[in-house]
Amino acid sequence: MKAGYKVVALASAVLVVAFGLLYSERSVSAAPTVQITGSVKLDGAAPHQKPIDMAKEPSCAAVHKDKPITTEGVVAGANGGLANVVVYITQGLTGNEPVSTQSVEMNQKGCQYVPHVVAVDAGQHIKIVNSDQTSHNIYSQSTKNPAWNKSQPPGAAPLDVTWNNEEIAIPVKCNVHPWMHAYIVVVKGPYGVSDDSGSFKLDNVPPGTYTLTAWHETYGTQTQNVTVAAGKPAAVSFTFKAK
Amino acid sequence: MPGKAFAVVVAIITLVIAYCVITHVWWMPVDISAHGPKIDRQIEETIFGAGILFIAGQLVLASFAFLYGDSKGARKMKAFPGGAKSLIVFACVVVGVEILVLSFVGSKAWASVYFTPPDPDSLRVDVQAGQFAFYFRYPGPDGKFGPLHPELINEGTQNYFGLDTDHDADSKDDIVTAGLAIPVNKPVLLTLHSKDMGHSFDVRELRIQQDFVPGIVIPIHFTALQTGKFEIVCTQLCGLGHYNMKAYLEVMTQADYDNWLKQQAAMQ
Repeated sequence: MKAGYKVVALASAVLVVAFGLLYSERSVSAAPTVQITGSVKLDGAAPHQKPIDMAKEPSCAAVHKDKPITTEGVVAGANGGLANVVVYITQGLTGNEPVSTQSVEMNQKGCQYVPHVVAVDAGQHIKIVNSDQTSHNIYSQSTKNPAWNKSQPPGAAPLDVTWNNEEIAIPVKCNVHPWMHAYIVVVKGPYGVSDDSGSFKLDNVPPGTYTLTAWHETYGTQTQNVTVAAGKPAAVSFTFKAK
Repeated sequence: MPGKAFAVVVAIITLVIAYCVITHVWWMPVDISAHGPKIDRQIEETIFGAGILFIAGQLVLASFAFLYGDSKGARKMKAFPGGAKSLIVFACVVVGVEILVLSFVGSKAWASVYFTPPDPDSLRVDVQAGQFAFYFRYPGPDGKFGPLHPELINEGTQNYFGLDTDHDADSKDDIVTAGLAIPVNKPVLLTLHSKDMGHSFDVRELRIQQDFVPGIVIPIHFTALQTGKFEIVCTQLCGLGHYNMKAYLEVMTQADYDNWLKQQAAMQ
């Protein structure tokens, strides 16, 4: 009987070592990802954005008393950069890329969604926060994911939500404050969102040849092919023509 | 003893309520409208009539309780002359006459608002209610409202009414605002329409409370006689955000109003 235990113990040890080797092999082969960086430019002048009157909600109107905010259909930076463009990969991924475990935050602050455009990997968590002194409701007008509408009183815990299907893009609004408007862009794989200067970056892209798509809420989409070699960050640029 | 105690409590409650109503302890806010005095007078008359009946009814109840509430032993009940049938007929006639009289007298005040034509020089403002906000539209220099295209409603571009400013000439100069501003002493004609469901336009100081009915454009006219800022609230339960469905009415001097409208036009 004692010999039997020894055999089992030995076999288990061998198995553990074998799986350990296999696993380390796997992570080594997935390791050399690179970064794609780039910028989005706006060719021409941004269309007029309307100032927003928040008189209905005095606590929010007070926040923007000195500098009223405007609609955010086109947000252009000083040096011709175009903000709120989501850049993601539409072709070339295996579909097995790991989903980031880090959650993305979307805040309701001064009766405005910050940021105005949130990109997220399918299955990645979004934390929706209400920093205001008033109640908001978040109406996710999704069509490829279940649509929902939840209210969030001041001081309530953040909502933790995920979208499992790719959807470009989900309009989000607040019925209590009709001027509040945002987009949640659910992609598969790495993504980047351009900032005020138009810069964006996609992290953890495995070497390969890809089709990149840039999406903007007013100007639509553009695509571009890019080949990414191991150990060499790639750079791309997009230009949207102002209409 | 319980009968007498009950009678005393009923009498006290009646007198306290009567005192509060007569001395206007909790009364309506100040009236700023031209038609308001008629409505206020009608409310006073109705409360006076109903109040006398209320006090009389309560005191009769109290006195019966006081006189007979504590008696012991079997008592003989007297029937209403003619039995139950004539009692019901009698009650229907009394209550019916009361309601008819109130409606007839009250219709004068109501008709003074609804059955009079608006002043032809009225300032016209289009009011849209939707879950959960009011928006207002001024016709601009051409005096004409452009047509509405509900499919074009887009909060992201602040096109709350669904205007097609690229194709409709009348829409180009329409001014959409989040608050209602009007000049003092100027007749105003509002056209109320709803984007989704039943709402209500209530300004207590204007003595106006009018429902929005989806699919119908409801006109309402008034003249404000005092400047100031007043709350416009939705008084028809319309969902989750109903409690926060409000806007502000600002009654301004003509000069202030002209400035305000100029500012709003620049913001379009």
